[in-house]
Amino acid sequence: MRPIIEIENLHVTFTGRDKPVAAVNDVSLQVEQGSVLVLLGESGSGKSVTLRSLLRLHPEKSSTVTGRIVVDGHDIMALDKSEMPALRGKTISMIFQEPMLALDPVYTLGQQIIETILCHEHVSPQQARKRALELFERVQIPSPERRLDAYPNEMSGGMCQRAMIALALACNPRILLADEPTTALDATVQIQILLLLKQLQTELGLSIILVTHDIGVAVEIADRIAVMYAGRIVETGTVKQVINNPCHPYTKGLLSSRVERAGKGERLTTISGSPPDLASLPQGCAFAPRCPLANADCRKTTPVLKMIDQGHHAACLQL
Amino acid sequence: MTHFEPISPLSVLDPRDRGGPVQPLLTIQGLKKYFHSAGNSWFGAQSVVRAVDDISFVIHKGETLGVVGESGCGKSTTARLLMHLIKPDQGEIIFDGEKVGIDIPLTEFRRQVQMVFQDSYASLNPRLTIEDTISFGPRIHGMYESKARLISHDLLARVGLDPSRFAGRYPHELSGGQRQRINIARALAFNPRLLILDEAVSALDKSVEAQVLNLLQDLKEDFGLTYLFISHDLNVVRYMVDRVMVMYLGSIAEIGDGETVFSTPVHPYTKALLASMPSMDPDQPTREAPLSGDPPNPINPPSGCRFHPRCIMAEAACSQKRPALETTRHKKSMAACLLQNRDTPIPFPPIKVSGQ
Repeated sequence: MRPIIEIENLHVTFTGRDKPVAAVNDVSLQVEQGSVLVLLGESGSGKSVTLRSLLRLHPEKSSTVTGRIVVDGHDIMALDKSEMPALRGKTISMIFQEPMLALDPVYTLGQQIIETILCHEHVSPQQARKRALELFERVQIPSPERRLDAYPNEMSGGMCQRAMIALALACNPRILLADEPTTALDATVQIQILLLLKQLQTELGLSIILVTHDIGVAVEIADRIAVMYAGRIVETGTVKQVINNPCHPYTKGLLSSRVERAGKGERLTTISGSPPDLASLPQGCAFAPRCPLANADCRKTTPVLKMIDQGHHAACLQL
Repeated sequence: MTHFEPISPLSVLDPRDRGGPVQPLLTIQGLKKYFHSAGNSWFGAQSVVRAVDDISFVIHKGETLGVVGESGCGKSTTARLLMHLIKPDQGEIIFDGEKVGIDIPLTEFRRQVQMVFQDSYASLNPRLTIEDTISFGPRIHGMYESKARLISHDLLARVGLDPSRFAGRYPHELSGGQRQRINIARALAFNPRLLILDEAVSALDKSVEAQVLNLLQDLKEDFGLTYLFISHDLNVVRYMVDRVMVMYLGSIAEIGDGETVFSTPVHPYTKALLASMPSMDPDQPTREAPLSGDPPNPINPPSGCRFHPRCIMAEAACSQKRPALETTRHKKSMAACLLQNRDTPIPFPPIKVSGQ
């Protein structure tokens, strides 16, 4: 079966500042129908930029995007600008980190969902409201009838995130993009939202790409993980392959610096230094300046993804 | 060579020390802070947010006390009350045997208690160089500029930043991790005895977070510090603290030895909170959320035990009587739960009452 999302050689460069910022450098990935891919990385690793490219959300004036993106048979990069709105929400939907900021504060939640449905489908407002109510039940919002007429500021963060998921699912999209959907939430609510996403994904057969910096979130929800560093995928594999058998030195470092592993008072293993400046990336492997295994070769040649095992790839010259 | 193990070797040698190692560094008694909303609510009655509602605890010399809880539980308000950044409505704060504001003046207290905030960028003045930022406090408190400058260079080196490279830079030229190091250096400029870390590592990337946590451990040893470590990240708290305090809606649910509370929690809320941590094992993902619903609003907290509407163990008595902190069975912690001495053990994790 053809993957539902195919990205080939994606490059995103922001040109708004004095120096061009190479945010995504040659990313290729595929998502199978009905699976969850987690993009894991630190801030500035290009995970959100990759996600936004799928909806062409980058400002055209100040960014250059090259590569091929095929989503559910649509060649996103080849589409005319006027054809994008029909795709957004209908085929691909997105939920964001700050539900309070992503929802419009001057409309009730019901109005926002109904507007989305009416925009994409020829149904009566009454039917749209009925659908909105079903969606609220589906995302387990208590007393949904009353909540439809509530404004975002009247709801807690967790409830807003549920409402935003309902909004994203309003037109039965096949693909859901989630940009750090639980980062702003408490641990007790985070696990509820993750389980809800997992449940919806199974019930509706959704394909999800979720961006996070939190390994715990990735372990809870992912089928496959792609670890990103300085705009590149450095390792990709199933959740078990990446977590139980990390191969790239960056993934290894990230996993071993977890506090869960260390006993009280023990020193944490750290990755020295900090992520590189995307406006002046070093030559060769971007991780080389922080890597304990790096040699002269690493500072010259940019590594490509190498197969470690069936479905498990890592981009490191030392493998 | 004689070998002795006081709680913290440096706090014993500290000339500012008064009551010896056994006397708590900070004692908080009956601390209360209610916020009154400025306008009237829709129904005419003024609403009161009970941010911190009658809490008492101590911080021992040389220890790290962790504070955990959901948003709105009063963690940060407690920190701000301790620093006197906001005025408590009620309650006493006693620093090493001296009542703050009476026996020990506020300026002197603030020299000995410093704070590091979550947002490393917002807490630095963008128009001051790093050197000026760190030496600002000591100069205000009457130190010569040249000496303050020397101190700032020394502190920069202590937090792992080369003074010759960083002293003249501005905050926007630094990464998040470097800025947080500056904030820590600034807090140390007075040679404080207590450092309040309010979500100090929460905004940092994981690889940088580990570096800053290591730094905090080193500084604690070098300067003989005591930490109040506030965080919503239970894994980080478990790693960092000696004792931990679990807060729920402005009151203390459980407090005690860190390892004990994390391994054998007594309060149903502590259990649910711990069970909410993401599983780190791909073979055993979490199947059911241990707590349903959102943290309730501190404006109209429930009667009796604050946790009873979300608690699966709750009985009729729980909605009437507010439980007091009592020593738990294993004697290593205190919990505020009416049912803690029942013979039927509280399940771990609590089973979710299905809403469907």
